[in-house]
This record gives sequence, C-alpha cells and structure tokens, in this order.
Amino acid sequence: MLRSSKYHFHFILLGISLLVAFVLNLSLGSVSIPFIQVLKAFFGSGAEKESWNYILLNYRLPKSVTAIVSGAGLSISGLMMQTLFRNPLAGPYVLGISSGAGLGVAIVILGAGTVGGLLGIWLSSPWSLVLASGMGSFLVLLAVMAVSYKVKDTMAILIIGLMFGTFSTAVVSVLSYFSDAEQLQQYVFWSFGSLGNLSWNQVGILTLCFFIGLILCIATGKSLNTLLLGENYARSMGLHIKKTTVMIILSTSILAGVVTAFAGPIAFIGLAVPHLVRQVFHTSDHFVLIPAVLITGSLLMLLCDTVAQMPFSTYTLPINAITSIVGAPVVIWLLVRKKKLFF
Amino acid sequence: MPGKKLNISLEARDLTIGYQLNRIKTVIGERLNFQLFPGTLTALVGANGVGKSTLIRTLTTMQKPLSGTVSIMNQYIQTLSPLNLARLVSIVLTETPASKNLSVLELVSLGRQPYTNWNGTLSEKDKQAVSFAFKITEIESLASKKCYELSDGQMQRVTIARALAQDTPVIILDEPTTHLDIYHRAYILKLLQKLANEYDKTILFSTHEIDLAIQLSDSILLMTENEYFFDSPETLIQQGHFNKLFPADTILFDKDSRRFFIK
Repeated sequence: MLRSSKYHFHFILLGISLLVAFVLNLSLGSVSIPFIQVLKAFFGSGAEKESWNYILLNYRLPKSVTAIVSGAGLSISGLMMQTLFRNPLAGPYVLGISSGAGLGVAIVILGAGTVGGLLGIWLSSPWSLVLASGMGSFLVLLAVMAVSYKVKDTMAILIIGLMFGTFSTAVVSVLSYFSDAEQLQQYVFWSFGSLGNLSWNQVGILTLCFFIGLILCIATGKSLNTLLLGENYARSMGLHIKKTTVMIILSTSILAGVVTAFAGPIAFIGLAVPHLVRQVFHTSDHFVLIPAVLITGSLLMLLCDTVAQMPFSTYTLPINAITSIVGAPVVIWLLVRKKKLFF
Repeated sequence: MPGKKLNISLEARDLTIGYQLNRIKTVIGERLNFQLFPGTLTALVGANGVGKSTLIRTLTTMQKPLSGTVSIMNQYIQTLSPLNLARLVSIVLTETPASKNLSVLELVSLGRQPYTNWNGTLSEKDKQAVSFAFKITEIESLASKKCYELSDGQMQRVTIARALAQDTPVIILDEPTTHLDIYHRAYILKLLQKLANEYDKTILFSTHEIDLAIQLSDSILLMTENEYFFDSPETLIQQGHFNKLFPADTILFDKDSRRFFIK
C-alpha cells in the first residue's frame, strides 16, 4: 500500500496529548498531592510525605500504566477484528469476547466456593483468574471464527457474538444463584472493571502479554491491508487466509483476553477508537492505523480513568461505566454524521 | 495469429466443474478443453445458471475442479503456491472491495502486494506499475477519492486498474459489465481488447453482452447446459451455435445482423 508521510504532525500531537494525559492522570486522585511534589516523587529526591511517595509509585503509576496498556490493547484488538470480520461493528465487547472472559472469571470466582478444598484455594489465586479469562475469550473467539467459516454473512457473526454474550450471562446468573454473597461481590467488582488493583508484578505480566500481541499484530499488518479487499481478492493476491486468520485471532485474543482478565470487561474502547482514528487519519493502511489506534486508545483510557477517579473525592466510579458513557454517544454521533460506518 | 499459438497461457484439460457437498456431486460442466493464448480476448457466454461463475471460480482456485486440470503459463494451478499464482493471474470479481473506506490510490496499489516486502512498501518498479494502471484505465483524477464516493462505472475501472497493477500475464474477469450503462459497457470491453491486443495480456471475461462480445473478442467460449463450444465468433456464428444459448421459441439469433431478436 502506498505510504504517506503526511501524518507526522498528527502523531506528534497525539504523542504530546498522551504525555499530558499521563501526567494529569498521575497528579489527580482521591488524595490531593501538589503537582511539584508529583514531579519530585518521580524525578527528584521524593515527595515531602512518605505516603505520597507510596501512593504515586505503588498505586497511581501502575494504574496509569495499566490504563495505557489496556486502552492500547483493546483498541488494537478492535481494529484487527473490524478488518478480519470486515464489519465496522466488530470489537472485543460486541463479539462476546469479554463475555467469554467474564464466564471464565465467573467460573473461577463463583465456582471456587462450590468446589472447596485445595482446588478451591488454587482457583481463587489471581493467576487462575488470568488463565480462566484468557481461555474464555480465546474459546469464544474460536467459536465465533468457526461459525464464520460456515456462515459467510458478517451480520450473522455479530448476532452469534451477541448470543454467546447472552449465553455467558445466563450461565453467570445460574452460578451466582448458588454462590455466597462475598464471592458474588468479588465477581460484581471484577465486572465493573478496575484499573487500580494491580500489583507491579501483574502490570509486568499484562505489559509482556501486550507486547506479544502487538508484535503478532504488526507481523500481520500487510495481511490486514490485503484483507480490506475481501477474502477472495486477498487469496488471489497470494494471501494464506487460514494462516493469517489464526495469527490475527491469536493476537486479538491475547490482547483482549489479558486486558479483560486484569482490568475487567471494558466496553466501547475497542469499538469506538478505530472509528475515531479513521475520522482523523484518512487512510486504511494498518501500518499507520496501528500506531494511531494504539496512542488514541491509551489516551482515551487515561482520560476515562482520570474521570472515574473523581479527583478530590474519595469515590471511584467503575471504569466500565465511564467508557460506556463516553463510547456509546461517540459511536452514535459517528453513525449520524456519516450515515454509515466504514472500516 | 499463427505465431502466438506457440505459448499457451491458460489451458483447461478434461476439466469437470461443479460442487461436491457431502459426497453428492453436482456436475455443472463436463470435460471442458480449451486453450487461451497471449494477446487474445476471450468472452465466456451462456445463459444464467449454466456455470459461467463456477468455471471462473474453478479457474481462479476459489473452488476445486471435480476432475481434470487447469494450467496457467504451463504450471498446474492446484500445485502452485498462492503467491506464485498471484504473480500469474489476477481477477476482477462481481463483488466490490470489502472496505469502502479505501482510497482509489490505496486500492490500486494493494495490487502490488504479491511483490512488496513485509510491510508493503512500494518500490520504484511497484510505483511504475501502479501509475501504468492509472494511466491506461484513465482514473488519474480519482486517485484521492474514497471507494464509497465512486459510481459503478468508475468503480469497475478502479477494480480493473487494481488487477492491472498486479501485472500478471492472465486476467480473469467475472461479468465486468453488469450494472453499467451502454457507454461504460463498451468502454470496459474496448479497454479489455486494448489490453489484450496491445499489451499481450490473456484476458477471459464472462458476460451477458453477447452482441458486444461478438464484435470485440478474439474467441468465445459458449456454454449451454449440455455442451460447450470454443471458437472464433465468426465460426460460432456460421455454425449457428448462438441459437443454442436460449430457448428458440422466445429468442433467436440473426446471422446477418449478428444480434438477438425476440420472437
């Protein structure tokens, strides 16, 4: 595809915005810390109070990094799904990937009490949460993919994603009927989505998985461009459809799965960000879209998280609610403005 | 064209086409044999449902033949890797590109994908092929337009330009003139004729524009339900084969005016 270099300015602007949002996100929170102290904590001798240091380095910084990585991960997986399914409405949430992850988590959290014993203890460890959620999203994506091999209609695929979502919700409600209040609360909190509960260790795992997914994504960049023409044209241009599909699915389920495992189901970022980027970047070239979507996703997630923190108050709103409140109107606005969503 | 017959660019041998679903074979065309040569334009004509699309899908490996072989530039298409095949044959389908958000320049340059490196950067040679495709299809003024802004006629020229950018000796087109007005139908077919005769391409296209095909093509592959004929338009007319296309009580072919008449 013909590459144009006219987007340098866009990228510089996006980069600066991301930096500003990052600093803003670090300096605002339920505890008010003067900006100069924030700078001191990171670049100087440390903040005046030890508690500020602790909050900044062990709560706010990992939270910001989580926001950046999960925003980027969800947006990139949304972009890849829209191209793979050649459907502008595809995204990790819409296709039931988040529901699949949710089902996995529900089985772990709500099932842990039911089994009891050693298995119960193992099931309640954070690692099994990640594994279950990752498996859940991977299985749902495989199922959606398997069905889409049989059913060529892209609309049908979305309906199937919706059905998987409904099915998962039903199983979760059955599970929650049999589980005790404490476990139910734990699950409900997970399903609200939260960026702030991760230890540095978990942030490390999240970031590592993100980079694996990202490398796979970049490796399929050329194939993603070819797929824009449709499967038949893509094949006629020498593309191994099956190999490419497996690579893309692997990448998206790693990205969406690991983010959902650690941060809970987060709606609309994966769907809305690629469309927002297409409004500004008038290209379909994935080698331009991938970095643009990556930065915009991180930026949007940082801003949503800043709002969710309700600066200067002790309340924290669920991040999933904020992304939906921001994302749903954006998608509607795009639809009304352009009459039709393109991918 | 005696000299041209030396090198066959597309050959079907005992080709039987059709579908196989759960061991039930539906044969659509049996034991087809034909050879196409560089520099010739061949029309594939037949009534709806006789298997034109099935033949095109088989020739472009979108579906497997039930038996027999197809070779392009003397290589069996079933044994060629997708990438090597992509450098020998390009296609124009009835479906438009999936993404309407592609610009014309992006779409046409995607035709270079079989030649570019891992991230698809265009080399000098790639750029030349793209600008040749733009020039010959006369779409330079559309370069920055998005696909959703194009008319049917413009879209068809752009899709042909994409196939041209792929720079293959063989081009296969599935009904390239549907949805077009008479001017654009003639324009597209004259373009195909020019590509074949001046640029030595082997072009096979299916069409319902039999009148136009007779005027412009070098040879015609005529398919009916039970048999097929492959020859020059002249010979097919003299032998009266065009009357076998449609039920004689409704529509007839007139040899002298070379047109169909409703009875």
